[in-house]
Amino acid sequence: MNFFEVVRFSLRGLSANKLRSALTMLGILIGVAAVILLVAVGNGSAQAISDRIEALGTNTITVMSTGRGGSSSTALTKEMADALTDPELAPDVRSVSPVVSASSATMTYEGSDHAVATFVGTTPSWFSASTTPVGRGAAFSDDDVDQGRRVVVVGQTVAEELFPGVDPIDKQVTVGGALFTIVGVLAEKSSTGFNDANDTAVAPLTAVQQVLTGYGALTSIIVEAASPEKVDAAQSEVSTILDQKLDVDASSGSTPYRIQNASSLLETQTETADTFTTLLGAVAAISLLVGGIGITNIMLVTVTERTREIGIRKALGAPRRLILTQFLIEASLLSVLGGALGVAAALIGSQFEIVGVKPVIVPSSIGYAVGVSIAIGLFFGGLPAARAARLRPIDALRYE
Amino acid sequence: MTRPVLQVTGLTKIYGQGEATVHALRGVSAVVHRGDYVAIMGSSGSGKSTLMNILGALDIPTSGRYLLDGVDVSRLSDGQLALARNRLIGFIFQSFNLIPRTSAVANVELPLAYAGVRPGQRRRRAMEALDVVGLAGRADHEPNQLSGGQQQRVAVARALVTEPALLLADEPTGNLDSKSTDDVLQVFDDLSTAGRTIVIITHEDEVGARAKRLIRLVDGSIVTDQRQSPIHLPPVGAAIAHQSVADAGGHIRARRPDAGPAPVHTVGGRHPQ
Repeated sequence: MNFFEVVRFSLRGLSANKLRSALTMLGILIGVAAVILLVAVGNGSAQAISDRIEALGTNTITVMSTGRGGSSSTALTKEMADALTDPELAPDVRSVSPVVSASSATMTYEGSDHAVATFVGTTPSWFSASTTPVGRGAAFSDDDVDQGRRVVVVGQTVAEELFPGVDPIDKQVTVGGALFTIVGVLAEKSSTGFNDANDTAVAPLTAVQQVLTGYGALTSIIVEAASPEKVDAAQSEVSTILDQKLDVDASSGSTPYRIQNASSLLETQTETADTFTTLLGAVAAISLLVGGIGITNIMLVTVTERTREIGIRKALGAPRRLILTQFLIEASLLSVLGGALGVAAALIGSQFEIVGVKPVIVPSSIGYAVGVSIAIGLFFGGLPAARAARLRPIDALRYE
Repeated sequence: MTRPVLQVTGLTKIYGQGEATVHALRGVSAVVHRGDYVAIMGSSGSGKSTLMNILGALDIPTSGRYLLDGVDVSRLSDGQLALARNRLIGFIFQSFNLIPRTSAVANVELPLAYAGVRPGQRRRRAMEALDVVGLAGRADHEPNQLSGGQQQRVAVARALVTEPALLLADEPTGNLDSKSTDDVLQVFDDLSTAGRTIVIITHEDEVGARAKRLIRLVDGSIVTDQRQSPIHLPPVGAAIAHQSVADAGGHIRARRPDAGPAPVHTVGGRHPQ
């Protein structure tokens, strides 16, 4: 009796219990697909975060007020921003952009209106510092900032919402009761997560303060270092100047402002994302374990239930080796097919966004998940089969 | 006479230990020659099933020697035992023991598959065996689509398809009604007529009466061993059946009045415990 015939016997054995075979495969399928997909989601979100941080620019430093209680002494002001532009004290700083931002400013054009998610007031250097180039038209100039001219550069989403099929440049929109002239449209920015990075508008700092936010504190100051290598030097220069301006006691640990730079942010975020992926992987491993117990259970039941059949086969002269081979092939067909279908399901599933994250498959997770499920299937299918095949035929036949 | 098909000497089988020890067989010795048709009778607990399982190489005796076609079974390895079960023995169970959800012909093919016969030849021989038991038309039916008698006849076909030296039947009619019993016994009579060696276990006098030789077992020992008809002639049942076919009246009614040419053996079939 050759191997091919044993395979045929196994197939007949599987097809004799179609529903149970299908359910066993389903268990393996879900276990494998869950592991691959969950790890892919973790990996995908980690990549999304790092993409986002890289999009901020790697040689920028963001200074934000910790702003406890809004006391004026801790607020960042335009004067502080100006003080940072100091070739003597801060030689590694290329540009400084003070930023105020108003959330949900409503922009109206000829009766249609659109709530802009972030309305930014800043200086022209912001465009390069925040790696947000202007796509069409032009950015506003330093002169516009000095004069407080009401000009605005809008993001793609705003342009599409308010001016469907129309060139928005030189059109006039109303924001907070004042007329703004659109001078440019920002280049499309890849947005990740929940916020639409294109739902934005940028106007001169003075104009935004005058119309929307008032002349209070700045939201943040974006400092661009001369080069990515000089980020750390620029950061210490900035903090020295700010400490002087804000009268911070050097001995006290806390400062009224917070400095973030993209590369350190990237580092922490990568660590966080790794932890996140590990966590998801652990959850997935548990689901694989539970799936594995399911496989174990069904394999044990299947073989135990067929102990009598094993007895009949032995009584008809089947050698032990042949019986064991048949059951091992049945078990491996189930686990290999189930595993392959699980991989297919995971690959299909990864084409869709899951909770806002585009999953990125980790190849090693496929091998891991399939390997574990096949090993479980073979071990727990093979073990009881080996036990039954070792029984004397009469004991196997009497088995209830 | 030629080498016996089956020869057992001093066969014992003990189950359990200490207080719970049960002596199922207490030194059974017997010789069965080619072409014989032996019925082993005994009440339940007499050890007849234990004896049958040992004869079928499904179980091993506690002590004693068992020569099957001249081969000492106790010295065989696991693989050789499998070979012996496959080539030398055709076993028929009381509970049929067909493989579920598998067609009749596939069930009959199974021993041939284990013997390494090619698929084409296997199918042909399986169909021939099914034809012998009169079920060639039901080859594609699964066990649950067949009546008990038909299932047992499929089991008989499966047992004889490898042309074994010995056919063993463990209460083959125990689960059957009288009509099915008759069908199955008819098959045995025909096989015996064709020269097969058959050992059958039963507690029904009617079944025992058709055999050429009757062995009675009480408490694990042989008490009587009587020849009912010559070994080289067809069994009585076969002759009666043929006669009844000639009568065209159905052999059940025809056989009953003169069921025992040697009626002395049918008296006291059940021994008190």
